[in-house]
Amino acid sequence: MQVNEQLVQAITREVLKQLQSQQPGQYGKENQANSPKKTNLNGKTRMRPKHSYEGYPQAKQGTNPKEVVIGVGAAFQTEITQTISGIPLDEVLKNVRAGIEEEGMVSRVVKVLDTSDVAFMALESAKLSGSGIGIGIQSKGTTVIHQKDLYPLTNLELFPQAPLITLDMYRKIGRNAAKYVKGEKVTPIECINDPTVRAKFQVKAALMHIIETEQLDPPKKMIEWEGRK
Amino acid sequence: MKSKRIEILDNRPVNKDGFIDEWPEMGFVAMKSPFDPKPSIKIENGIITELDGKERKDFDFIDQFIADYSIRVDRAETSMGISSLEIARKIVDINVSRKEILEIVSGITPAKMAEVINELNVVEMMMGMQKMRARKVPGNQAHITNLKDDPVQIAADAAEGALRGFSEEETTTGVARYAPFNAIALLIGSQVGRRGVLTQCAVEEAIELELGIRGLTTYAETLSVYGTEKVFIDGDDTPYSKAFLNSAYGSRGLKVRFTSGSGSEVLMGSSEKKSMLYLECRCLYVTKGAGSQGIQNGSVSCIGVTAGVPAGIREVIGENLVAALLGLECASSNDQSFSHSDMRRTARTMLQFMPGTDFIFSGYAGEPNYDNMFAGSNFDAEDFDDYNVLQRDMQVDGGLRPVTEEEVIRVRREAGKAVQAVFKYLGLTEVTDEQVEAVTYAHGSKDTLNRDVASDLMAADDLMKRKITGIDVVKALAESGFEELAESILNMLKQRVIGDYMHTAAILDENFQVMSGVNTPNDYMGPGTGYRVAGKRWEEIKAIPHRINVNEF
Repeated sequence: MQVNEQLVQAITREVLKQLQSQQPGQYGKENQANSPKKTNLNGKTRMRPKHSYEGYPQAKQGTNPKEVVIGVGAAFQTEITQTISGIPLDEVLKNVRAGIEEEGMVSRVVKVLDTSDVAFMALESAKLSGSGIGIGIQSKGTTVIHQKDLYPLTNLELFPQAPLITLDMYRKIGRNAAKYVKGEKVTPIECINDPTVRAKFQVKAALMHIIETEQLDPPKKMIEWEGRK
Repeated sequence: MKSKRIEILDNRPVNKDGFIDEWPEMGFVAMKSPFDPKPSIKIENGIITELDGKERKDFDFIDQFIADYSIRVDRAETSMGISSLEIARKIVDINVSRKEILEIVSGITPAKMAEVINELNVVEMMMGMQKMRARKVPGNQAHITNLKDDPVQIAADAAEGALRGFSEEETTTGVARYAPFNAIALLIGSQVGRRGVLTQCAVEEAIELELGIRGLTTYAETLSVYGTEKVFIDGDDTPYSKAFLNSAYGSRGLKVRFTSGSGSEVLMGSSEKKSMLYLECRCLYVTKGAGSQGIQNGSVSCIGVTAGVPAGIREVIGENLVAALLGLECASSNDQSFSHSDMRRTARTMLQFMPGTDFIFSGYAGEPNYDNMFAGSNFDAEDFDDYNVLQRDMQVDGGLRPVTEEEVIRVRREAGKAVQAVFKYLGLTEVTDEQVEAVTYAHGSKDTLNRDVASDLMAADDLMKRKITGIDVVKALAESGFEELAESILNMLKQRVIGDYMHTAAILDENFQVMSGVNTPNDYMGPGTGYRVAGKRWEEIKAIPHRINVNEF
């Protein structure tokens, strides 16, 4: 099949228009097509246009021993504005930071542009952090608390089922991260589990992860995201 | 106006599941993508110089690994000369033996394999699996986990699971640092329920290896491989590093299998526009090339994605069959919840249940699903009786058996007491009598007492620092009055010296005798051959609870 450049652009414009017209809750049930016709996806190779991070400052190595670095995903607050369950990402960040501050520690937000894998996002943040403790948060909401000297795929605490995480939990995550900095005896946040999550959300998780991954810009590594969205 | 019928249908559980149209550009396609390569092979001086349309200089590391280690060069030209349709027909033909198929398949490429599978419908795939499964008798594996990472409950559920017939039991953690506690509890509990049950703890690979080397687990499963280079690299891995890890286990005499499954590349956004089946074929060729005896596959934790596309569930049995065709032990998933519909989740499992696989589930939840820390299995503890009835209805061996309440309570209590004694002997956190009693009669962690998590974690860290091993557990049991149990665990550790259970699809019977694809191979060749449910085993399956007693009627 011959696909010319103009046709691709025309389709992309149409798709973008449709996507932009969607209201909050865009990952909810309401946009599931109830149509016998197959959506035409021929030639579509992206979910969102590429964001430029030209001119953003490279994230610096922290020196403050009270610091917890929060590493957010590449699409965080830009292409994606709410978690998979519809919690605004501004609120997520506000609560994690509030949790850290309540324990007397300080937070710094960076955006991770060289990986969308939450374990590595968290570990890179921990390595950047003055205290060696970091938090990775994907745009869909999945969160890990990490420590700079641990194996990448282990962690201090992991919250794998993003749809179940509430704002209150994000606050507790901030608090616990701060407690690890202080070297206290920390009780991990109670695990939560819902066996229907995969059935309900995994396809949407895949689409959101595609949006995040296609925004990666590996040479930029990590950038300061403090108040910059 | 809204149709009442459509409204009822819209609210059916199945409509809460996630479905998506095929989108090959992003890998949302199960069986066949227009971007999948055409099968081809070129061999010069005994080296594969072209594989599935790609020249050697353009190989990525997966292509190179497969070309160098996974395809029999001496067979390739003959095998590639047979049409995919003919190979597919031979797989279904009862007059062609498993051995002959293994021989042919050892010389075909991944793209050819995908083409062969595309010729088969699901019934033909099941017929293929019935013949190609490695071990004569099918088996089953349980997940043993809980929300609290309570070691007493792990031991009790492990004991009950073993009693119910599982040949392998797998645990994981909610909080990663609990790993050594979970591993020890599982090791102890499993042997209380039935001697010879294998156990593993699925955690980060380096920690999992350490637990294995110390003899706190008796096999390993979570060596993940992927179908595209990008996903491998993201995980800081290559096929070569996985082969080394496999050898590390092998050098210590531990049974090990790899893990793969369709949908992972899509979920991680790096599918290179290929079909899920083709990418999974690449995973399985890597597994074989790395020298692993087996694989856990069938989409596994990405089943929500695979099941979301058309023919996704056909693809799942298809990839299980590919594993069997390559001569690998197949632990065929069914271990992850993927549907709100009881009808749909049962139908999906029938594709492995009816033909039988080496492990029909690579994790049937031996606890209620709310306690399943793999985010829910396709069947759980509340489905035990349904499953037993399915075995009885169809005279199929699904690997489980009916049990009595008395037996269940007895083994649960004994497992709890044994963990209590070992924890005391090793100076770990206290297990109270009240905890053991609560767990004995519990269904799940909602019925048990809370533990001091922070103290548990400190004790678990300390246990790792003190280099506690399986032998310490044996000693603790022997000196606390659990001699028989100590003997069983010692016997499990001896397997690593004997080494026979590293053979393809090995499990142990209650006398610690190996049953594998080598000493008890599947010899199915149509009616009257292969494994048949009969004799003692059939009587056991028949004896479900809740039968009408005619004498008392």
